[in-house]
Amino acid sequence: MHWCRSVSRRTSLSLVLTLMGAPAVLAVAATRAAALEPTADGVVAAVRHARVADAAAAEYAAYLLRFGRARVVAAARSYDAGITAAAHKQRAIPAFARKYGLPCSACHTVWPQLNNFGQVFRDNGYRLKNERDSPIDQAPGYWPVAARITPQFRVDRTDHQPVDAVPGDPASGQIEKTVTQSGFDLSGIDLLMIGTLSKRISFGLIPAAESDGSWHIEAAYVRFNDLMNTTWANLKAGKFELDNIVSEKRELLLSGNGGFYQSYHFVPAGDATSFGMGDNQIGMELSGHSINSYTRYSAGVFSSTDGEVGLAQGKGYDGAFALSQAFEAGALGLERIGVFGYRGSRPTTFETLDGEPVPGTGLGTKSFYRTGLAGDFFFGNLELLPLWMHASDDVALATSSFGGAPLPAGAQSPTWNSGLLEAHYYIGHQLALLGRRESIRMSKQTTPDLASDFGNVDATAVGFRWYPIMLARDGLAVHGEYSWSNTIGTAPLSGLGSGAPPLDAATSVKSSSIFMALDFAF
Amino acid sequence: MKAQTRLMTVLAVAGLLAMTSGSAADLGAQMAQGAGNAKSGEASYKRYCVGCHGPQGDGRGENAQWIEPKPRDFTEALFKCRSTPTGTLPTDNDLFQAVTRGFVTTNMPPWRPLTVDTRQNLVAYIKTFSPKWRSQAPGTPITIPAETPVTTASILHGRQLFQRVECWKCHGPAGRADGPAASTLTDSKDRPILPYNFSTGTRFKCGSTNTDMYRVIMTGLDGTPMPSFADQLQPNDTWDLVHFLRTLQPAHSPESVVWTPYRQAHASELPVLGADAPAEISPTDSATPPPTPAPPTTTP
Repeated sequence: MHWCRSVSRRTSLSLVLTLMGAPAVLAVAATRAAALEPTADGVVAAVRHARVADAAAAEYAAYLLRFGRARVVAAARSYDAGITAAAHKQRAIPAFARKYGLPCSACHTVWPQLNNFGQVFRDNGYRLKNERDSPIDQAPGYWPVAARITPQFRVDRTDHQPVDAVPGDPASGQIEKTVTQSGFDLSGIDLLMIGTLSKRISFGLIPAAESDGSWHIEAAYVRFNDLMNTTWANLKAGKFELDNIVSEKRELLLSGNGGFYQSYHFVPAGDATSFGMGDNQIGMELSGHSINSYTRYSAGVFSSTDGEVGLAQGKGYDGAFALSQAFEAGALGLERIGVFGYRGSRPTTFETLDGEPVPGTGLGTKSFYRTGLAGDFFFGNLELLPLWMHASDDVALATSSFGGAPLPAGAQSPTWNSGLLEAHYYIGHQLALLGRRESIRMSKQTTPDLASDFGNVDATAVGFRWYPIMLARDGLAVHGEYSWSNTIGTAPLSGLGSGAPPLDAATSVKSSSIFMALDFAF
Repeated sequence: MKAQTRLMTVLAVAGLLAMTSGSAADLGAQMAQGAGNAKSGEASYKRYCVGCHGPQGDGRGENAQWIEPKPRDFTEALFKCRSTPTGTLPTDNDLFQAVTRGFVTTNMPPWRPLTVDTRQNLVAYIKTFSPKWRSQAPGTPITIPAETPVTTASILHGRQLFQRVECWKCHGPAGRADGPAASTLTDSKDRPILPYNFSTGTRFKCGSTNTDMYRVIMTGLDGTPMPSFADQLQPNDTWDLVHFLRTLQPAHSPESVVWTPYRQAHASELPVLGADAPAEISPTDSATPPPTPAPPTTTP
């Protein structure tokens, strides 16, 4: 999603041209034009996008040859992952606290992550079902709006990053350096407008601003609750998050390397598939749950746009499902385990007019899928969130072979597995210690000449969140975090450093983030 | 692609199997007396309850000023929804069910999403706020006989009882909470309180079944003007009254199925209720079916 969003934000045509196999230089030019824009995480994008055309080292040239124009796409994606890392995705909605008079801790283990009471509230369409849910039952002054922003200080350091040998002179060749970026910064702003339109109809509207002030619609939907008087049938239409047990929209870690799930956004280098499990998608979802949400299911159909507005990519549809079951384990708490799957498709060519692609006419769709297991386990005050995912992309997408271009010799659909374990230790309901370990392992490379570990990722994050203010009106969290990642031959997915792969494809790139912030919602 | 399909199938089947096992573990859960752990409940109380009920359990949480009706003051140990006679302490299960069910049309939500263990611990902790729990034992739950059949005679008799025991003075002749005393009612803290309005069709605060309504009539709602009628009504009388009260609600029910056609056919014959009711409406009226004692079958 973020890749598409980034590109379309600059010039929507460049995306189409890129997909059509237009000369890479066009796309490079487009991205270069935007390269002076500061990204959402405050890092100038220039060095991230201008790297394609003029590499000097022989290995790098070979690398380029192998991946061609797709690297433009990959670079754009990694740029946008930077946005992912910094933009607010989380939902903590004090408007609900104001409406129902409940403290944040009623619905959140620590906000924005939901506990089971909050999950039931959400599954009910943000209703307590106490005959006071409808707006007509509320005081006229009630307005379902909340906002969240995170002033922060951050230090991001990434090694083996290509930079010009002589700053300002692209003809001087490239050398590798450790790039360190630091300073005070702002996150984006989410305006959280979620509530009820009537007793059984809910809505969500989340305009979100990036830290540079540009706005987009993060979520917008209407949900019809309790169809046929049962909690097992609810219909939601619009743009919203997939039904993920391990929710990226509610994650507690925020830093450059820790502020997103690598598993949800990873694709192999050179792969043009635009999809993130953590991204909001546009479509329709049927869902249901038991009264206490111990049993939950959802099934959805989505446009093949990874949540991007407009229909530039074509008329494909994706499908998603999720099932989960929770069990009580006495004093330990509630244990939940679930399965999920997503099957999507993306076009590889377009109808053209005078050689120009006609937006929305995507053809030659190729598929990809993600499937796996996830859980949410409590051991008293310790919460563990494990996730395992298996993924594969069609070879045409993986090799960016668009417009009928022949596949590289020996190319095959890549597959990979990813796993993460996130741990939260709650000391009361106002302090949480956080940790996460995540790994991605390629099980089948796109082309046989790639090393078996090329593209592998390991990421770790530790941190804390302390909530000195947790009222039924607002909340403030003091956030501290350190995260680091190690990628083989590719740029870190966070896009930190210069956001470019190392000059040697066998190089291990290490990136780290220190992040201190004041996170508040009101 | 075959492997992909196989994997998806396996995962889907695994999910369906999970759905069919133990999804109703919590439904209908009961709490044994003394099963909770107050020390463990303290943390949950601070997480979920303190905002309204306050750190001292006195109903003075930070949100209390904005809430109507006001949160329960646990230091009084007065509880509306009990299975025990009026004036006695409720059982742990009474409190457990109240926490689970919540109170409709108030800010107290149903806490069913919390685990049984958590709710039991909360009950144990709530009991630490009043010394009454250390000096008194909970009352003995009342015995609730099997419900009598819903008949026209039963409803007619209940209608007479509604007049005779003066339910109408608070709830109004049509159950619209507009009786002559309605505006004067106050709770145990002298705060204005409204009687239940049957015409809204909302659930009852202490449960939604006929048995729940029977229990309320016989135990009263302590801390409110709703008294116990245990000394005035026999079990069968109470069931008749329950059947009539159901007809005041707009919802479709067995009582409305019986009553609606009868009322339409005999509207002119039905004596009015309330202050203008004829004096002849009495418990010995000819429409009253003879009481048929039913053996006690359930104890809540």
